Amino acid sequence: MTLAGQADQMTPLLEITGLQVAFDEAPVLWGINLSLSRGEALGMVGESGCGKSVTWLAALGLLGSRARTAGSVRFAGQELLHAPARHLEHVRGRRIAMIFQDPTSALNPVRTVGDQIGESLQLHRGMDRRSALSEARRLLDQVGIPDATRRLGAYPHEFSGGQNQRVMIAMALAGQPDVLIADEPTTALDVTIQAQILELLQEIQRERGMALVLISHDLGVVAEICERVLVLYAGHIIEEAPAVRLFDHPTHPYTRGLVGALPNLDGPRRRLAAIPGVVPSPADLPPGCPFAPRCDLRTDRCGECTVELTSVDDNADHRIACLHVTGQRCNDETVAA
Amino acid sequence: MTRFIMTRVARAVLTIAMVVTFAFVVLRASGDPARAMLSPETSADAVEAFRKAWGLDAPLWVQYVKYLLAVVHGDLGQSMRDGRTAATVVAERIPVTLMLTAPALALNLLLGIPAGIYAALKRDSFTDRLVMMVTVAGFTVPSFVLGLVLVLAFAVELPWFPSGGAGSVRHMVLPVVTLGLGGAAVLARFTRSAMLEVLGQAYIRTASAKGVPWRRVVTGHALPNAAIPVLTIVGLMVGNLIAGTVLVESVFSWPGIGSLLVVSVVSRDLAVVQCILLLVAAAMIATNLAVDLLYGMFDPRLRDTRSAGGA
Repeated sequence: MTLAGQADQMTPLLEITGLQVAFDEAPVLWGINLSLSRGEALGMVGESGCGKSVTWLAALGLLGSRARTAGSVRFAGQELLHAPARHLEHVRGRRIAMIFQDPTSALNPVRTVGDQIGESLQLHRGMDRRSALSEARRLLDQVGIPDATRRLGAYPHEFSGGQNQRVMIAMALAGQPDVLIADEPTTALDVTIQAQILELLQEIQRERGMALVLISHDLGVVAEICERVLVLYAGHIIEEAPAVRLFDHPTHPYTRGLVGALPNLDGPRRRLAAIPGVVPSPADLPPGCPFAPRCDLRTDRCGECTVELTSVDDNADHRIACLHVTGQRCNDETVAA
Repeated sequence: MTRFIMTRVARAVLTIAMVVTFAFVVLRASGDPARAMLSPETSADAVEAFRKAWGLDAPLWVQYVKYLLAVVHGDLGQSMRDGRTAATVVAERIPVTLMLTAPALALNLLLGIPAGIYAALKRDSFTDRLVMMVTVAGFTVPSFVLGLVLVLAFAVELPWFPSGGAGSVRHMVLPVVTLGLGGAAVLARFTRSAMLEVLGQAYIRTASAKGVPWRRVVTGHALPNAAIPVLTIVGLMVGNLIAGTVLVESVFSWPGIGSLLVVSVVSRDLAVVQCILLLVAAAMIATNLAVDLLYGMFDPRLRDTRSAGGA
């Protein structure tokens, strides 16, 4: 049996079903379903506010008291959603680590980086202060911070943004997690630094066999690293496909718009195609397909029934939520028939 | 760092010089010490003799220069009322006043900071609203009103504490509470907003995301950051305490520096008033300096600007 075959047989490491999140009664996630296998690199793309970060903050219970959550997040067989704090504390950082968009504000300004990395090591690997510091030095070295011994005692404001993201990565690695969630890890960084950080993430993922979830609004970034990509729009997953296929055959009208909006470096010069309109605010999302108001293919049916992810062309890996492309019937129609 | 200290010392000297000058001019412009000190029936000759004895007959600028030279040499002059040096008269009151201000400051900190932290952590809960309501009352009621209310309640109606005077721990309770409550209220509100600000920062989410238990997120990540703005307010409150002492000592006839200041101003006991003002100025400057040095300890971002010669 091939390795891929074995992986298929394994139950997913993490499975999210019907995850809903609402802030002050305004829903921002409408029932997200996704699964993540051991060692997989999953990309999540979409515009700001589409729910890609919220999905993972909700999964780890990091949204605070204003958020209402429903659904299920199972990790290694255990439910995370509404799990007791002590259980979550063993998962956060230890099994699932997360790095964030603006690394400099994501690090505590009044504590040294050695101290902050060491804290994770003390929490998750039971090290004492001394051995935590020496392990922190090794980690800093591994993520490519030069002169690690001296830098352990430095504060985040003494590092550049790119270096701080490396520190964040070192801190995430400290717990030897099974999953690393990288939430727009390069958005706040220079283009050259972006490439370095992505390379580092990819290298670490491969070396450690860790699953990686890369959240980004940058399709190019995701394409480079991820095997499978989810496209989100206004709190719904609207397309899921292997990365290569998504770029060759973007199928949902929104994804086609996204791919069409990318500049083409090889071919003849052309105008970049923008998607008309703006993303509706969560409070007044239209019924039915959330993309309908901006869609070229829109018909009356789009606003009338909820659409579910359905395979395209009998290709189980490629699923989209669009009545027109899949020829799917409305749920209501099925009931009527 | 050297440059930082030099600048601070220069500024301190300048501030003290301004306080000394201001006190000197205002005191002499606002009334004649000889008239205030001597009884109305005193003969003109006697008044003149008094003036001569205390050097009040010389032109103002001569008196000023003489005074400045004396201060520089550590001579703060003599009290016109009892003939001892002003420094002695003031010094014997310092411990008496500290018996009020030190516990009042402790009350500020020990009541205000925990109340603020608690309210922030329980944001929008009943407790939070209750704490905020009490603090509004706490800092809007002036200390002399609070003092009188406390006297009425706990000295007159319920005779638990003496209404004034000094001598025992029971004497201290009402004045300390009067002096400490207002500051505790201000500090509670400020601590609450500082904590709320910090709790909304990305690094708090990072700490939670890496599995730090909430209690340790609060103590190890939030508090050290919230301490920086709170420190500013604590510095200002020391100034308020000094000002409050004057009122509270008068209300409770507490024989400290505040009472001495009131008596000395009324009787135009110039040397004593100037000595007290000098002491207050020095205390404020020392507090500010302490706050600035503590900033550097609390906030590593400030250490660098200082060693680079900034700040």
